[in-house]
Amino acid sequence: MNSQARIPAVELSSRDLKHNAHNALGDAQLRSNMRKAMDSLMAKRLAAMPDEYEREHLREMGNHVRARALSRLPELLERLEANLTRNGVKVHWAETVDEANAIVLQIAEAHRAKQVIKGKSMVSEEMEMNHFLEGHGIEALESDMGEYIIQLDHEKPTHIIMPAIHKNARQVAHLFHDTLGEPYTEDVDQLIQTGRRVLRQKFFEADIGVSGVNFAVAETGTLLLVENEGNGRMSTTVPPVHIAVTGIEKVVENLRDVVPLLSLLTRSALGQGITTYVNLISGPRQADELDGPQEVHLVLLDNGRSQAFADGELRQTLNCIRCGACMNHCPVYTRIGGQAYGTVYPGPIGKIISPHLMGLENTPDHPSASSLCGACGEVCPVKIPIPSLLRRLREENIKKPDAPNPVMRGQGSKYSPRERLLWKGWRLLNTSPWLYRTFGFFATRLRGLTPGSLGPWTQNHSAPKPAARSLHELAREHLEDK
Amino acid sequence: MMSAKANILAKLRKSLEGTQPIADDYDVALVTRPWSYPAEERIPRLRQLMEAVHTETHLTTTADWPALLEKLLADKQLPSLLIAPATAHGAQLAAHFAGREGLPRLKAYDRPVEEWKAELFDDTPASLTGTLGAIAATGSLILWPTREEPRLMSLVPPVHFALLKASEIHDNFLEVQQKQQWAAGMPTNALLVSGPSKTADIEQVLAYGAHGPKDLIVLILEDA
Amino acid sequence: MSEPFYNAAPNATRVAPPLPEPRQYPAQKPGNAYLFGTCVLDLFFPEAGLDAIRLLEREGIKVHFPQEQSCCGQPAYTSGYTDEAREVARAQLALFAEDWPLVVPSGSCAGMIRHHYAELFKDEPATLRQVQALAARTFELAEFLLHVCKVEFKDQGSQQKVALHTSCSARREMNTHLHGRALLAQLEKIERVEHDHESECCGFGGTFSVRMPDISGAMVADKTRALQESGAAEVVSADCGCLLNINGALEKQHAPLRGQHLASFLWKRTGGAR
Repeated sequence: MNSQARIPAVELSSRDLKHNAHNALGDAQLRSNMRKAMDSLMAKRLAAMPDEYEREHLREMGNHVRARALSRLPELLERLEANLTRNGVKVHWAETVDEANAIVLQIAEAHRAKQVIKGKSMVSEEMEMNHFLEGHGIEALESDMGEYIIQLDHEKPTHIIMPAIHKNARQVAHLFHDTLGEPYTEDVDQLIQTGRRVLRQKFFEADIGVSGVNFAVAETGTLLLVENEGNGRMSTTVPPVHIAVTGIEKVVENLRDVVPLLSLLTRSALGQGITTYVNLISGPRQADELDGPQEVHLVLLDNGRSQAFADGELRQTLNCIRCGACMNHCPVYTRIGGQAYGTVYPGPIGKIISPHLMGLENTPDHPSASSLCGACGEVCPVKIPIPSLLRRLREENIKKPDAPNPVMRGQGSKYSPRERLLWKGWRLLNTSPWLYRTFGFFATRLRGLTPGSLGPWTQNHSAPKPAARSLHELAREHLEDK
Repeated sequence: MMSAKANILAKLRKSLEGTQPIADDYDVALVTRPWSYPAEERIPRLRQLMEAVHTETHLTTTADWPALLEKLLADKQLPSLLIAPATAHGAQLAAHFAGREGLPRLKAYDRPVEEWKAELFDDTPASLTGTLGAIAATGSLILWPTREEPRLMSLVPPVHFALLKASEIHDNFLEVQQKQQWAAGMPTNALLVSGPSKTADIEQVLAYGAHGPKDLIVLILEDA
Repeated sequence: MSEPFYNAAPNATRVAPPLPEPRQYPAQKPGNAYLFGTCVLDLFFPEAGLDAIRLLEREGIKVHFPQEQSCCGQPAYTSGYTDEAREVARAQLALFAEDWPLVVPSGSCAGMIRHHYAELFKDEPATLRQVQALAARTFELAEFLLHVCKVEFKDQGSQQKVALHTSCSARREMNTHLHGRALLAQLEKIERVEHDHESECCGFGGTFSVRMPDISGAMVADKTRALQESGAAEVVSADCGCLLNINGALEKQHAPLRGQHLASFLWKRTGGAR
């Protein structure tokens, strides 16, 4: 019974999206947990944004605020650093996750830290910070309830906002019972109180608190962090040292810019007008203050973002404010769950950002794993044209690997001379009216010979049988009769 | 070897060569007009939103709130209350409690947290703080912790009482930023608090009291 | 997906285009129109193309069907083979030279011409002007019948429940679901029934259905189940790719239900003879 409840749907080590998806699709529990959760999140978003005029104009405004910040990104990053430094925050820059981890380790070692408590941070997931710190004898514990559950079960988050959304209460009950020795209960309140009790002790003991950042305000040197649980507040105010880690794209110009973005973020993500807590952190404890961290650090991580930034079209990827609405509305994500992507960021945004973070060579199937239905682009609060960007990545993915001026790491990871030849044939067929009509003639006349098996198509479908006569023929006859 | 900072900035600058910054077309009306309320609607809206997420709210007055708080403490059987004695409201409550027997003990947050962290975590069931106002649009309290009233007061104790002056309930976040001139100088830690701590991380079932206070009780001073 | 970025410098920061104004339709019904048959319809649903012609002719429009037409280029475009898509698109451009409306009985193909041709020809100013002009007179069939022909259908069939499936991209780019619903609403004895997760993709997505057969298969399985459970006796759609996907899956499942093209359904319901 226990084992049944806790079989992870996918092999976590696998980065093979198709393989993972195949396994996930066969996991009935996962499928029903995900469908139920995504349906609810979609309904909540719509209920929180009922006014179409306000919603659509605010999305446009959110897009403009983010685009304005990106259009001045280097200048704003320098301004952010200057203002944070003036406020007493130490700012670090890292091009790679290795550099970022080294910075965190250096801070930890300077404080002889043994325990790190973490608020929710997707960038720290990019860094695999927990694993890295544990390798150096430092315990790194997640404190977001969902992240904590995932960490206990040695899994990866399935969603950027709701990391354990693929699990139901029964599965969590088994997990807490098995790993924490708690009496078995499926009562969610009691399960949460267990988490609270365990983690409160950890907040108390921790030497360092780590958090992410939702918006970094250049104007005032302020790190804004949204959350419902209070673990973000705990992580950033109780331990003597606070390390915030974030991507270089998270900066906005002015404090007022967070007003539309905050409203878009919480309503798109959870259907909440605001989260329980909005933390605005502008510096460490001042000399006369009685609490708060003595030191605050900010690590600004590139990790492939500057690659996306270099191309005006792909730069739009960096508009993202990490609300997760694209996942909640994605028919693919809903069916395979987040872990099947094998990337830190799953779902539609994951498919367009991961190729920059990891290279197309490590995400070769991600751009193709979409029907381009457009549900993601329709709800994105900052109007990232996700389907267009997926199509663009497909284009980069089938270029010759050695084609000049690559815009992507891993360009051409799906380059196939055979497939290219097929498309060249397709082009010839469709640009030569004579050839096209001849093809149509034979396809219709020989329709009895349509093979019963047509590769992957007939996995889900009967083989399509052409009609007896093409529209070209029918139309010619019909119009000639007139 | 160039530093990471220099490398990153050089790449970003190169990527922007020959381009123009996007103009600032910030639409003030869009983020304020849908979130503006007649004066008489602000308190009801704030209460409705906050109560919807399990906040307890009470209407009271500048003179009466200490007695109300005394009663609430008794109802909730809270043995002690953490206060900030150097604040006006801390002093007012202390005066109300002074010389009376059988009341919950008032504890003062008057020394660095390191000196009494265990007591704060394990033996401080409730706290009282002021607020810098509230936001009617989202049902949020504004807190700027100070030396006198430190940040952990509103976080660690499981029950948090907050005083709110009715005249300081603003319509929306942008209005607050402008009226209170946030951009001119931010404190080390500013907060919007919109209810007791909660989570929906298990099967989207809402549970209160995740890591922060389990109960948030707002005393609205109608005459202040 | 319709960002007019084709005149931006490659490294310029993009902002979302202004929210689109509702499309303005010609006040007068035109005397002539082109029909673009689309490749899937040509081979698999030719009768639907003929029904589209008949519907237009009944409105007094002379329909022109250039025999040199083939495919809009979408399969290659969405697969990333942009050059191949461009050349196929170019082959179509010359065929619709007169300033007549171009009517397309398949939503996603209409969307390709209306919204993506400009991106294909962004570096060819003269052609770009040509495709922009073509896009401006390109209409999806249901949209054309409703807003340009302003049809008023008289239902001649019996009481029936019908489910409508709309291509996702067409719905999002052109509101084709509203057009389809409005036309069905004109049919007195038709009750349009919603199906579960109606707005969700059927899983076709062009080459997606063969590149990711597991995921696509899960999507079409859900879609066909929802359609069968909707209580509808008929499933209609104005999108041939979706129909190919849905019907192929239904047939594989040995289910009796089949989707049919909206044009055929409308023609039959309104007393059209074949």
